[in-house]
Amino acid sequence: MAIQQTQSLELPRPMRSRGVSVLGWVALVALIAAEAFGFATSVPDRDMGNLQKIMYVHVPAAWTMFIGFAILFGASVLYLWKGEEKHDLLASSAAEATAVFTALTLMLGSIWGKPTWGVWWTWDARLTSTAVLLVIIVGYLALREFTDDDERRAKWSAAIGILGAINVPIVYMSVRWWKTLHQIQSSPATVDPMYALGLRLNAVAFSLVLWYFVAQRYRAAKLERETERLIEERAFNAR
Amino acid sequence: MSSIGASAASASTWRLDLARARAIAWKDLTLEHRTRANFNGVAFLAVLMLLMFGFALGPDAEALRTVSTGVVWLTVLFSGVLSFNRSFQMELEGGALDVLLTYPGRRWPLFVGKLAANFGFVLLVEVIVLPLAAILYNVPLFSPFTGMAGVLILGTLGFVTLGTFYAAMASRVRAREVLLPLLLFPMLVPLLLAAVGASKAVLAGDPIRGGDGVAWIRMLVAFDVIFLTGAVLVFEYVIEG
Repeated sequence: MAIQQTQSLELPRPMRSRGVSVLGWVALVALIAAEAFGFATSVPDRDMGNLQKIMYVHVPAAWTMFIGFAILFGASVLYLWKGEEKHDLLASSAAEATAVFTALTLMLGSIWGKPTWGVWWTWDARLTSTAVLLVIIVGYLALREFTDDDERRAKWSAAIGILGAINVPIVYMSVRWWKTLHQIQSSPATVDPMYALGLRLNAVAFSLVLWYFVAQRYRAAKLERETERLIEERAFNAR
Repeated sequence: MSSIGASAASASTWRLDLARARAIAWKDLTLEHRTRANFNGVAFLAVLMLLMFGFALGPDAEALRTVSTGVVWLTVLFSGVLSFNRSFQMELEGGALDVLLTYPGRRWPLFVGKLAANFGFVLLVEVIVLPLAAILYNVPLFSPFTGMAGVLILGTLGFVTLGTFYAAMASRVRAREVLLPLLLFPMLVPLLLAAVGASKAVLAGDPIRGGDGVAWIRMLVAFDVIFLTGAVLVFEYVIEG
């Protein structure tokens, strides 16, 4: 009986959004091209050898993570200001994508650290602050998971999103001080212009991937909401 | 003429708001004072933690002395976190929060009142923790008294601000005991670093002018100002959500 009822429901078809799938392909091609460019143009580093090439994924992932936090902040502020559902869905989509890129940054940093420092983990300023950002964003997602009411979830997570994003520069600064007050940081190595170009191209490609992820999650979240609404409506009308 | 009237009106709203905040803080502290529902438990846990840390990190007296500031701050954070949910929990029992929210007026006095009560509560726990830690770990935790008191007050203010703010949400969902630390502690990392750094610098006799201590104290002040402002601004959405 119940099964029949669900079958008779005409749920919204997950309509193909041409724009989003085009974006996905463009992002994929750009990513492959940018990585290939980076690999082809870089000579093995004097000290690090081919290990240096992990930077073409690690550094863009970190940049993308910051962009993600910026979107989360902007969308959260817009939600509290205007109270429109779309900004809440955008914030949550951005948070999910940001969590992925933060975890990626952290893992790549750790993988790079193993041959460089000889350990998987060291209390390096960047590694440590990225770990803190990851737990902040996980807290955000956890609160969303634990809150049942849509409006309440939207308001609360917007508040948390704003405070969490504000904390990003504070976390970075405090961890850096914490380190530098104990030991002198190594000076940044001079960077080859070709190397910098490779990094920039990859940053663009990663931003496209972020855009695609956010767009995809946003579309899914919208469809979920519409479905819930339709089910409610049906249930109400059936009575 | 009208501007004078408006400024007089806004001045009186401010006074009213402050009176509301005071009333809430007074009510919370009185309740706590009369029932001691939470204080005894939290204070006892803090004492216990100081002992446990000693067992885990000791018995080398020198090692204990080196880590003592970090241990004191962790003890304060881990025991203090238990007090925040309670401050909204008691409003939820019997639907008191709904009644509070039906009163006209702005929402921030409710936050500031709760914050002030929690601030007093955690400071009282520290009054027990600090002398005990000084004895157990054999460190003169009071030696520049004003310096240490200043660091304690600044650190506690930031801690209690975010604790009260997140408890306004966490106390109203499932799994509140887990959710509050999960939300709160990652946000407190800069505060913990700054508080421990500042305490160490002050204890080392680092003059307040110059040296690491100043950088950390500035960081504490910045943290307090930023998050106090942020929390007061968005609290309205949180409490009505």
